[in-house]
Amino acid sequence: MTTPASVRVLEMQMLLLKRIWKTNLTLSFLQPLLFFLGMGLGVGSLVDDRASSSEALGDISYATFLGPGLLATTAMLTAAGESLWPVLGGFKWDGSYEAMAATRLTAPQVVRGQFLWLAVRMGIAVGGVAVVLAVHPDTRSWGILPAVPAALLCGLVFTAWITAWAASREYDTSFSNVQRLVITPLFLFGGAFYPVDSLPDGLRPVAWVTPLWHGVELCRGFVLHTLGMTEALGHVAVLAIWLIPGWIVCDRLFAKRLYR
Amino acid sequence: MSRDTLLWRVAPPILRSARRPQRVVERNAIVYRRTPMVLISGFFEPLFYLLSIRIGFGALVGDVDFAGRSIDYAEFVAPALMASSAMNGAVYDSTMNIFFKLRYSKTYDAMLASPLGAADVALGEIAWAMLRGFVYSISFLVCLAALGMAGSWWILASLPACLLIGLAFASVGMALTTYMRSWADFDWVPAITLPLFLFSATFYPLSSYGGLAWIVQLSPLYHGVALVRGASLGVASWGMFVHVGVLLALATVGLSVAARRVETLLLK
Amino acid sequence: MNVNEQPAIRAKSLTKKFGDFEAVRGIDVEVRPGESFGFLGPNGAGKSSTMRMIAGVSPVTSGTLEIFGLNPATHGSEIRNRLGVVPQADNLDGELTLLDNLIVYGRYFDIPRAECVERAKELLDFVQLSERSSGRVESLSGGMKRRLTIARGLMNRPEMFLLDEPTTGLDPQARHILWDRLYRLKQQGVTLVLTTHYMDEAEQLCDRLVVMDAGRIVAEGSPRELITRYSTREVLELRFGTGSNVEHEGRLLGVGNRLEVLADRVLVYADDGESALHEVHTRGLQPESSLVRRSSLEDVFLRLTGRSLEE
Repeated sequence: MTTPASVRVLEMQMLLLKRIWKTNLTLSFLQPLLFFLGMGLGVGSLVDDRASSSEALGDISYATFLGPGLLATTAMLTAAGESLWPVLGGFKWDGSYEAMAATRLTAPQVVRGQFLWLAVRMGIAVGGVAVVLAVHPDTRSWGILPAVPAALLCGLVFTAWITAWAASREYDTSFSNVQRLVITPLFLFGGAFYPVDSLPDGLRPVAWVTPLWHGVELCRGFVLHTLGMTEALGHVAVLAIWLIPGWIVCDRLFAKRLYR
Repeated sequence: MSRDTLLWRVAPPILRSARRPQRVVERNAIVYRRTPMVLISGFFEPLFYLLSIRIGFGALVGDVDFAGRSIDYAEFVAPALMASSAMNGAVYDSTMNIFFKLRYSKTYDAMLASPLGAADVALGEIAWAMLRGFVYSISFLVCLAALGMAGSWWILASLPACLLIGLAFASVGMALTTYMRSWADFDWVPAITLPLFLFSATFYPLSSYGGLAWIVQLSPLYHGVALVRGASLGVASWGMFVHVGVLLALATVGLSVAARRVETLLLK
Repeated sequence: MNVNEQPAIRAKSLTKKFGDFEAVRGIDVEVRPGESFGFLGPNGAGKSSTMRMIAGVSPVTSGTLEIFGLNPATHGSEIRNRLGVVPQADNLDGELTLLDNLIVYGRYFDIPRAECVERAKELLDFVQLSERSSGRVESLSGGMKRRLTIARGLMNRPEMFLLDEPTTGLDPQARHILWDRLYRLKQQGVTLVLTTHYMDEAEQLCDRLVVMDAGRIVAEGSPRELITRYSTREVLELRFGTGSNVEHEGRLLGVGNRLEVLADRVLVYADDGESALHEVHTRGLQPESSLVRRSSLEDVFLRLTGRSLEE
């Protein structure tokens, strides 16, 4: 059996990982741990004393509320970090995509390889969060297992659209704005840190359509066992609706840029 | 800088060899003249953070006790976020950007062929990072005021405090950058700034750390947060001098190391 | 001593070490103001290390070096203020336009802004890049980048202009444009100091030069002097086909003043090349090709080091 082309693309990228995996693994565990301690338990100590707050969170501790959502936000942040400059760089600076295109690889294969690579990077980062959740008694549950792929699905949506953006740019001038004007607000208002119910009426529906909110809800629902089958399928469906067009756009853009 | 001021005489020798670091600032300003959007969008970031604190966290946390009175959580956290953003802006500008110029674009090699020296490069870049950070601090302040979160005119005193935070972190950031060997090393930057951000009495008062409070006080950002918070809440104390001293010391060490390292890396 | 007669460069036993490696091994050089001076040598001869010391961006390991009578270790900034530098690798500012590259560089010398703008425009004209003044550096060809670097080095109206391999990697046309511009500077009285491993460049531009090899100076003089001293007036090049050049050495002995057998050809040093060729034919030898040319610095270098310059 021959190796699928996209896996061969991944293998190339894995060579990079070989050089940086120690740092990568350490940091992917360290950062969520710090976040969990600082925000979950720290801010939690201020939140959990108040009856009205516990009610808003659904009678759970703040750490329990925050922890699972970090799976989805971590996937998103990794996707954003690894799909802007590295993708434009693949076209422009190090020419790695051109090199791939010069072989028999087709544009969709290169795209799939890139997505697989991102899945690996997100997997490492999300895995770090999962370990932290498994350590803390309040968030330890079998639900972490389905929550990880849910987070990856959510992360892939961002991978697809952000890769598409980067692949369509000539310069990197807009990239920090993508971070600041898209990723940061989603991170802050996407329901990971507090229920979206506390958002003003006008903003709530906006949160409901964002892929991050669906990812957060899926992860939280799985870990805390609060999710019905229909609800879960609904969230997955919305994420799929986000993902597919993004993927198609990527295929088109790569084809256009690699074989022009 | 006049050569007989006190500041001049206590400055380390390498920094005294600086002649016109302002030219380095000028060069950077000309580059940024072409991409003003980057600065403008910087305005939205504090807005998002402040809003999320107010509508999200504020509702969950309620009031906290600080300096003997009970204050609104948003009012408590906002100054800390302002201090953190001054740190992040300075670090962002003094790490990756400077690494690129140092190792790839050879910008500094060209500067050193002119009458400028290593100290000009270090001082100029750090001054630039500080100025950019200052623009963000001003936009932070504007957002605070626009959201009705600026308590009194005292809050203006937070601007020089942020300038000092920017100076300290830009200096240390540049100094550390000169030791970096590849882009992968930059993955460690958030590993330093994230715990500083989370554990500098940013989100809860120093008293909540109990017996671990002394660790928090080791964080340079803690001293920045304490300054900005004191300024914005109009609480002055003698301790402020300690905070200023810590940040100034950090800046001096960072600047000297940065200048020394630029010299060893480029003048060989 | 009259200030104007102060040598532009004076080096005594100048040495540069990088760790255990000795790049420059005690050289003596003196360059007069207004002179065009060259360092000729192959890669790794120590030319660039010497240039960097002269430019005040590399500390001297031992020996003495004075630029305009000043010590670079203590007066680096003053010296650099009066120098123009074109380094071996272009370090133009990729984030700025061509015009801004010059203006910003001029500002490093504290030249007033308006003056910078004026000079920058003048110099872009001088190096024939005016049309691209608002373009980005990355869009320029190698030759254009080199010209821009030269323009940048002239922003402070230097008394001495240092060029480290100014035309390496350029096509012939670009080289000739550059040589023309440098010749004009020379006429204006600017002291030119350049390194090169092209003998034609050295012959074109240098009043006087030193030949460097492995960190040492092996000869010094004007191009003409060096050729007269170490070579003959003409050179006859003979090719007998690959591998068979050596075999013919014995039969060529006594033709011309001296023989040099290379892998691909035999060089016969003679004051009269044509009569040497006649002699070759008289001996019944039939080379595949023959060429009589004027002697060049290449021959001088070969004589001094036993190696070819451009390898």
